[in-house]
Amino acid sequence: MSTAKELAEKNGFTLACGDGLRQVQGVYCCDLLSIVMGRAPADSAWVTVMGNLNSIAVAVLADVACIVLAENMPLDADAQARAEAENVTVLRTSLPVFEAAVKMAQ
Amino acid sequence: MTETVTENGLSYHFVVPGDDFTRAGEASGSIKSILKKLGIRPDVVRKVAISMYEGEINLVIHAGGGEIDVEIGPEAVDIVLTDHGPGIPDVAKAMEEGWSTATAQVRNLGFGAGMGLPNMKKYSDEMHIDSTVGVGTTVTMRVYL
Repeated sequence: MSTAKELAEKNGFTLACGDGLRQVQGVYCCDLLSIVMGRAPADSAWVTVMGNLNSIAVAVLADVACIVLAENMPLDADAQARAEAENVTVLRTSLPVFEAAVKMAQ
Repeated sequence: MTETVTENGLSYHFVVPGDDFTRAGEASGSIKSILKKLGIRPDVVRKVAISMYEGEINLVIHAGGGEIDVEIGPEAVDIVLTDHGPGIPDVAKAMEEGWSTATAQVRNLGFGAGMGLPNMKKYSDEMHIDSTVGVGTTVTMRVYL
């Protein structure tokens, strides 16, 4: 088991926001927020291309360990502010969703 | 948010503005923080947070806003979502996973997967929908501590 920060360092992801100190257990991939809400396991690394304000709310409420923004998708300014306020860790990578997930799972 | 101490515990009232996605999740986030501070088990906190957030999002997307009342008692958390929106013509259909009337704009934000009400039922221990077309909808949910 690794922290989000350790995962970022190991896989060459950027730590865009948050302290990255939560332990990550598992990886979950999806972009539809209601499906993420219902099915993302708590403490997982959630890989998505959705970097908007609502993604941060979902991350908080579904209690995932971090968001991984794939395809170098941007984190909106208001999303960044909310993530900082809620101490949500957001990692970024240029990898597509599948490859980012596979890399973390290895 | 207004807070009241009652005989049974704590009571909270929220007004949720319609069509304002920048504030969607504030009420659910507040309740989540309060439950965590009260030392409620994390799995119970998550159940309340998810079911309430889905209800809150429904108020924003479908109802033009509404109100949420939450009571934290010794045995359960009770959540009542009230709106004066268009109502749900076919509640059974709305409960089906994947059924949604959300607009393309809402879908672009990542919502509209047709999982809102099913998630609310899944994560609450009891749920009841009372809806009248043209009048509004009241959803009550209970999560046991």
